[in-house]
Amino acid sequence: MRDRLRKLDFIDLFLWIVRAAIVAVILIGTVKTILSNPYTLRNWEDFIIFGIAQGSMYALIAIGYTLVYGVLQMINFAHGEFFMSGIFASTSAVAIPLARAGYLASHPIPSLLLIALCSILISIAISLLTERIAYRPLRHAPRLMPLITAIGASFFWQYYFRGLFGSQVIPFPDIPQLEGTVPFLHTFVLKSHVLVIFVTLVVLVGLNFFISSTRPGKAIRAVAENKDVAALMGINVNRTISLTFATGAAMAGVAGMLYALVFHQVHFFMGFIPGIKAFTAAVLGGIGSIPGAAVGGLFLGLFESLGPSLFLQSLGIPAFNQLKDVIAFTMLVLVLIFRPQGIVGERLKEKKA
Amino acid sequence: MSKRFLALIAVLVAGLVLAACGGGGASSAAFECTDEIGCVEVAAGAPIRIASALVISGPNADLGLDSQHGVEIAIEFKGDVLGHPVELQAEDDGCSAEGGQTAGQKIVSDPSIVAIIGTSCSGAGVPLAQIASDAGYAVVSPSNTAPSLTDPAQAWKPGYLRTAHNDKVQGAAMADFAYNTLGLTTAAAIHDGDPYTEGLANAFREAFEAEGGTVVAFTAVNVGDTDMRPVLTSIAASAGGAPEFLFFPVFTAECAHLATQSLEVAGLEDTVRGAADGCFSAAAAEAIGSASAGMYFSGPDLAFSGDTYTNFAAAYQSNFGSAPLSVFHAHAFDATNMVFACIEEVAKQSDGALLIGRQDLRDCLYATSGFAGITGSLTCNEYGDCADPKIAVYEIQSGDYVAIWP
Repeated sequence: MRDRLRKLDFIDLFLWIVRAAIVAVILIGTVKTILSNPYTLRNWEDFIIFGIAQGSMYALIAIGYTLVYGVLQMINFAHGEFFMSGIFASTSAVAIPLARAGYLASHPIPSLLLIALCSILISIAISLLTERIAYRPLRHAPRLMPLITAIGASFFWQYYFRGLFGSQVIPFPDIPQLEGTVPFLHTFVLKSHVLVIFVTLVVLVGLNFFISSTRPGKAIRAVAENKDVAALMGINVNRTISLTFATGAAMAGVAGMLYALVFHQVHFFMGFIPGIKAFTAAVLGGIGSIPGAAVGGLFLGLFESLGPSLFLQSLGIPAFNQLKDVIAFTMLVLVLIFRPQGIVGERLKEKKA
Repeated sequence: MSKRFLALIAVLVAGLVLAACGGGGASSAAFECTDEIGCVEVAAGAPIRIASALVISGPNADLGLDSQHGVEIAIEFKGDVLGHPVELQAEDDGCSAEGGQTAGQKIVSDPSIVAIIGTSCSGAGVPLAQIASDAGYAVVSPSNTAPSLTDPAQAWKPGYLRTAHNDKVQGAAMADFAYNTLGLTTAAAIHDGDPYTEGLANAFREAFEAEGGTVVAFTAVNVGDTDMRPVLTSIAASAGGAPEFLFFPVFTAECAHLATQSLEVAGLEDTVRGAADGCFSAAAAEAIGSASAGMYFSGPDLAFSGDTYTNFAAAYQSNFGSAPLSVFHAHAFDATNMVFACIEEVAKQSDGALLIGRQDLRDCLYATSGFAGITGSLTCNEYGDCADPKIAVYEIQSGDYVAIWP
């Protein structure tokens, strides 16, 4: 006992105080909120649905981080730009011309599919270019180098697309068929949110099938396990890595499409914050794990949406909604303290950690 | 190191020393600077240099470009000042504290710059006013409206002035409009923590409560937030009931999100929405789109008249190929002309060269009284509020802002 106390040095003590303080704030805030109950059941359901919709987008983007990390053990900070590039380019080049021609209003489903396809293809093209030009030459360099290169690539794409389509906020055309709500439980859910949640589910199920049951998916898993052995088994490692980037970017392209439908505007810097949030989601869920990315995204969306009202409002904090990012990142800190491998992640082997 | 290389360095250093001595000698022969915070010397035939620090990139670029066009037209109309052409160095304030800091440092590192027109955003104005004030420069902002910037207990610094209105006036006008004209008695306000948005939201709250209304919620979002539905839901569920009027004086991107998403939140269906001059530009109108129906915007009254404005509007159209992009072009024009008038007043001339005392220039600017500008008759107080403030309320009708009040 004495030995253990002696080992508990100042920093450990400080960390324990931090943990206790965070947990105390959350508990006191939640209990006070539940007792004072400023919201109706319908409000809480709204918060949860907003959170799930936002979290679905985070989840789709987070998959790109987690896939690339699984294969290359590298954080691809340019991934937020893959998300931005697809929808930003296809809004300017496809959606707005379609809306002007009136085709978007008269044939919404083929138009949306076309816009989504363009968004996905552009995201994939940007990711393959980045991988080939910026990352592949650094495949065997120290791990810091690809990381810094990724940040550089991120800036490059932001300002490249700004050069192409301008620095202003570009409104995504309204789609009348997606406006309005549908009744659900005690509340009404936006049609765009229904679409987001539905599409995310379908895409995640499809991705799971792709990774677990198809030959290219198995190749990705083999390369993630061990590149050298995979190469000995006749797997083309470079092509598989490209495929990994393309898969992640396709998810980002879908997320971009959904983002535009929900938020109605795009601009060249839109990838930065969702990129950081999705990275957080990936770590929260357990980086390297696909279910982890989905769970992490969902958790993050829910914390952001519910957190300020649930934990902070009754503590009398002014402008508590401004602190939603603090809540999201505090959750990350908590998870990293209590469960460093993430919510559903496995403990990484020495080699990968 | 070879001898030839050493010799080359020696020659270069000697050249520098000679050049420095030569320059110093010439200036002391012609002028003596007696100004306590320094002087700018403009050689015969050399341009008078002024700098602008306005937001010319990002979602709010229309706001700053519009003001920059105002400065450029002022320079064009003025021609030469005391026989010297005027040269503009245009910097970007980024509409952020970091941007204001960078632009300020860059400008004050150049001692040939006489005065600064900027910034666009009050958030950028706070650090820039500090840097410029410490370095002895005069700053005239065409569009900072935060009350704190001309409050000596808060962010005001010597040398800072503005031709834009103080938001105490704008907040009061919006409160008057909402309470008396629309007849709404409960309100909520959202800012984003920036000095402009927070100052204006506070001014609105104080004025609205003074009118007799109740502010049921006063909260904030972050710059860069996109999902506003949670904050809007908590406003709809505030203890005093859902507000009848929702005022969000934030910038373009967040304003457009709040405008569109407030239509989708339960409980806010009947709430009247209002924004301010940070969300008053061609880009903002486009970003808000169809959600602008039933929404009001406060801003400076743009019903200018007079020959100068007619010529100004024609020059704007022919030089930049569009109608004014936002609301502070005329304020920028007036700010630039105020600076020119003071340069003409305080500059000492000798053989075609000018010596402009920095403190003299500041004193002259603060003493501005009854200056006839496009925006009205400008008279500066001791803390740099020069505007002749007239606020109007607008709505968007088929993509254009149309004044409907007063």
